Amino acid sequence: MTPNHDQLVQRYTPRERAIHWIVAIAFVLAALSGLALFYPAFFALSALFGGGPGTRILHPFIGVVMFAVFCVTMVRFWHLNKVTDADRRWMKRIGDVIANRDDDLPEVGKYNAGQKYLFWVIVVMMWLLIASGIVMWRPYFADSFPIGLNRIAVVVHAASAFILIAGIMVHVYAAIWVKGTMRAMTRGTVTRAWAKHHHAGWYREISARK
Amino acid sequence: MASLQSLDVQARSGTTTPAPSIRQTTEVAKLIDESKCIGCKACQVACMNWNDLRDTVGENVGVYDNPADLSPSSWTLMRFFEVEPEQGKLEWLIRKDGCMHCADPGCLKACTAPGAIVQYSNGIVDFISENCIGCGYCVTGCPFNIPRISKKDHKAYKCTLCSDRVSVGLEPACVKTCPTGAISFGTKVDMKTYAEKRAGELQERGFKDAGVYDPTGVGGTHVMYVLKHANAPALVGLPEAPTVSPLVSVWKGITKPLASIALGLVALGAFLHYVTVGPKEVPEEEEEEHRRGRA
Repeated sequence: MTPNHDQLVQRYTPRERAIHWIVAIAFVLAALSGLALFYPAFFALSALFGGGPGTRILHPFIGVVMFAVFCVTMVRFWHLNKVTDADRRWMKRIGDVIANRDDDLPEVGKYNAGQKYLFWVIVVMMWLLIASGIVMWRPYFADSFPIGLNRIAVVVHAASAFILIAGIMVHVYAAIWVKGTMRAMTRGTVTRAWAKHHHAGWYREISARK
Repeated sequence: MASLQSLDVQARSGTTTPAPSIRQTTEVAKLIDESKCIGCKACQVACMNWNDLRDTVGENVGVYDNPADLSPSSWTLMRFFEVEPEQGKLEWLIRKDGCMHCADPGCLKACTAPGAIVQYSNGIVDFISENCIGCGYCVTGCPFNIPRISKKDHKAYKCTLCSDRVSVGLEPACVKTCPTGAISFGTKVDMKTYAEKRAGELQERGFKDAGVYDPTGVGGTHVMYVLKHANAPALVGLPEAPTVSPLVSVWKGITKPLASIALGLVALGAFLHYVTVGPKEVPEEEEEEHRRGRA
């Protein structure tokens, strides 16, 4: 059933959605090209980027786009992701959340603790990736850094990429798992019932504003 | 180089399964006797000549080193050192620099492009340039600072130990041309024996620290030196105890297959969660409440 207009509330503005999807597309391309260089079993993915040298050339530029556009998201959502005491209490009941036992969970604002922690994981990984990525970027920057730093960078880059990919897999799954979520990022709106059920604090806030 | 020997590839970069390695060839080695070298650079010329490479004409940097460093088209280089191993005893040492052809090659371990670096069963580590993607990981992996990435084609280059000549029973070009016999080539066993003998001779002649440089940290090398001061290889710019950096081993060891499996398990876990626990839905009565409330 398509909810009518009265039953919907806005969660993301068109600009927020556009930025999210630019970062998402850049992430997918960066992850696929990065995995091609990560482990031999994935090298075949380099065919998607015009072969090995093509992958090597494109990957860092895709990464820079991902990082640069993500910075907009980072600034915009920074203050909404401050972890509170209620979040810590919510996190203690993560087992119930995963098992879909949602009764009497501590009240959630615009974001729940899981979303907040994921946000900070993404922020940290993005910074580690861009910093280590520049140190290992050939042919432009790698030669300007000492070899010892280069060796640290390759490890940091691979490790943070692994954490980011795993984190985004959780992020994508959460959107599939929690019904009614996807439209927040595709259409910008969620149903009032969804807002009240999953983010009661936020729902109260936006209802009061009107 | 292009791969000429496909039957005796002992290790292949970016490859997790065994390479064609049915043919076992004798391990070879090049031995460079520092005490016999006169720094004439004939080996550099022979290398350019055989491999048909011409470096751009550089600048005099105030020392005899010419060119100043290894480059994509200068695969070997005489390095000159004015040192004082003992107070007041000036010595002029000369070392022919180039790829060491490690038994445990850091470049090959680090390389991400399948088949861009191979190690033949005779011990030669060769760059198959057509497979190179220019990522520079070989530079990251090498404990001897040898590979150079071309600014022109963004491929990595280094000494091939004349794998093409060796495969047809010839010695490397630098060995053939050396006028003093400072460079010799043969089986690894023979060269090791000869190196020990030469070190002994040098010791008798007063170089009490003379010895063989065949570092075990990289599994031994297929280019060895007889050094006058083997106790201090740093005098001629060689690392004391080279190993593939532990960071490179962590980066390229067991962690990546494990990380790959972990990512697969995250996806599998999510799927299984969906089909067992099921989606998280807003209870129908709550939806209904809102529909009625607004109607």
